[in-house]
Amino acid sequence: MDIISNLINGTLVFSTAFIFAALGGLISERSGVINIGLEGFMVSGAFFSAIIAYYAETAGLGGLSPWLGVIGAFVFTAIFSSIHAVATIRFKANQVVSGVVINILAASSTFFLVKLIFEGSAESPLLTTVFHKFRIPFLSDIPFIGNAFFNNYPTTYIAIAFVIVIYFIIYRTAVGLRLRAVGEHPGAADTVGVKVNRMRYMAVILSGSIAALGGATIVLTSNGNFAFNTISGQGYIALAAVIFGKWNPIGAMLASLFFGLAQAVKDQLQIFEFAARIPNEFFYMLPYVLTMLVLIGAVGKARAPKALGEPYEVGKR
Amino acid sequence: MNKFMSIFRRESAVIPVVSIIIGLLLGALIMLIGGYDPLLAYESLVIKIFGSSYDFGEALRSIVPLVMCGLAVGIAFRAGLFNIGVDGQIIMGSLGALIVGTKLSLPPLLHAIVAVIFGAILGGLWGALVGYIKAKRGINEVITSIMFNFIALYFSHYMIRTFMPQAGTQRSAMIEESASIQIGWLTQLMGGARIHWGFLLTILAVIFYHIYLNRTKWGYELRAVGLNPDAAEYAGMKVSNVMVRTMFISGVFGGLVGTFEVLGVFKYIAINSVTSGLGFDGIAVALLGGNTALGVLLSGMLIGALTYGSQGMSFGAEVPGEIIRMVIGFIIFFVAAPGIVKLFFRPLTNKMKKKV
Repeated sequence: MDIISNLINGTLVFSTAFIFAALGGLISERSGVINIGLEGFMVSGAFFSAIIAYYAETAGLGGLSPWLGVIGAFVFTAIFSSIHAVATIRFKANQVVSGVVINILAASSTFFLVKLIFEGSAESPLLTTVFHKFRIPFLSDIPFIGNAFFNNYPTTYIAIAFVIVIYFIIYRTAVGLRLRAVGEHPGAADTVGVKVNRMRYMAVILSGSIAALGGATIVLTSNGNFAFNTISGQGYIALAAVIFGKWNPIGAMLASLFFGLAQAVKDQLQIFEFAARIPNEFFYMLPYVLTMLVLIGAVGKARAPKALGEPYEVGKR
Repeated sequence: MNKFMSIFRRESAVIPVVSIIIGLLLGALIMLIGGYDPLLAYESLVIKIFGSSYDFGEALRSIVPLVMCGLAVGIAFRAGLFNIGVDGQIIMGSLGALIVGTKLSLPPLLHAIVAVIFGAILGGLWGALVGYIKAKRGINEVITSIMFNFIALYFSHYMIRTFMPQAGTQRSAMIEESASIQIGWLTQLMGGARIHWGFLLTILAVIFYHIYLNRTKWGYELRAVGLNPDAAEYAGMKVSNVMVRTMFISGVFGGLVGTFEVLGVFKYIAINSVTSGLGFDGIAVALLGGNTALGVLLSGMLIGALTYGSQGMSFGAEVPGEIIRMVIGFIIFFVAAPGIVKLFFRPLTNKMKKKV
């Protein structure tokens, strides 16, 4: 029982970053702009959260510093993601290529800056104040369930809250309706007075910022600092979660949980003798192989927003 | 005047060149802001490339994979496919070369040839699988490619650890000397720079790329599918066949990169937690080169030289070499969004119009 309880807890820990990044990717793609740059936005979030939390810490802000790191990651990555927005919306650059550029720029510029700021060091200093697991009073005392669900990092609770809020916005509000319209049929949306490109700007910039929270989560919970391999491919997993989850916030969350589970399983299963004989690499491979199998098996159901990848030109209806 | 203006309209050549210039200038600006000396940095970059015969040889060596990756991405681009999976194809190619290089004993020349062919085919099949899944199941090749990159990475780790480990290290055993494609005398001549026969094969690949695309029926079909798959289908072309075939060739190019690196340069595979990233550089090369054979060759040379030269920047000017990655990023960015480059021109062209 303990193992299963720990497994669920571990799954939530590993999934949090994926959930944030996948939600970010989903918002952008729902508006019709592909976001391969999730990896880069996570790197950006990890970088800014590490730097800001570090300076807040040295300024003596104590427990406030990781929160400032989170907020900083969100705000500063908005500036970074506006590069992707301007390139794809205003200048109609190929969205995939622009995303690839975002990834290159994020990796190179953050590493450059880390070396610049910390005088040649390849990583940022280790933070002493990071997030700790937070036991929700009473609920965490429930046997089994308490440890599994209600003893987690604050970022995990925030991520779940984001899923619910974003689901509500997309499917239950006028803004969400417009967002979907812009991604499905921008011409029709334009006809009824929706400002297509303004909507897309908002979606893409928000997309980067939310994905950045995923990067911040990794730095402020498990890693404690920023190095060039802090993210190493997790943005691409999140991208898979967007598609796997069929561009739906709940679906993206479930897909993220699934990828998190694959990682947690690797940690927990090694307790068992039979699992110890399975090479580690198979556990690493698991999420990707399963994604492929599910995609191949479930084609037709995973339908992308219709206008995904197409720049909008006025008069194109 | 008209002649001058017509150069501006020949975007195929002008946009990349202007993008390179703006990219380098932006890099210099960032160095200035960071408190570095950009002139000294670029100078040490050039010195790193041309400073000695060893460095020149090593610069040439690092150009080879970039040109090949550019061809891999480029040929897929021309068929309307975005092959972001070159990294995985490189891994499969290097794995194939490693298996033949360590497990078989053959006479020298034959051993190398078999290893190269096996690696190329493995890379090709890895690419073709992506094309097949796209053609038969309609799954976007970008997502498949990304998944396949990771699968290839961990699969190669498993294979190396289980079958070809070098005890006590994080890398594979060395290949047999008979499988080496290094050009011994040239390496000695160039002070130990790891020059290999892949260099010649790369030139042949560029020529093949040009002829295949422009002079063959398959190349014509490929371009037709790239321009408009529906029209191509209507004209009686088997679009799905073209996709699989093109991804196979693309994968062969990628696979060759891996075989060259294993057989000609490193002689082993290191177990890394991440892929080489060369495939992503290939996107830059292909884009900058406009997906033409000559363009890819030239842009591969540029990006390869910049990347190699960037290693000298931290020695010569204490500038972190990552700045060159940023410059490369800027360059692709401008090539992908030519509207931005035209913005730089607007004041210039407006003035000219007034004069006329």
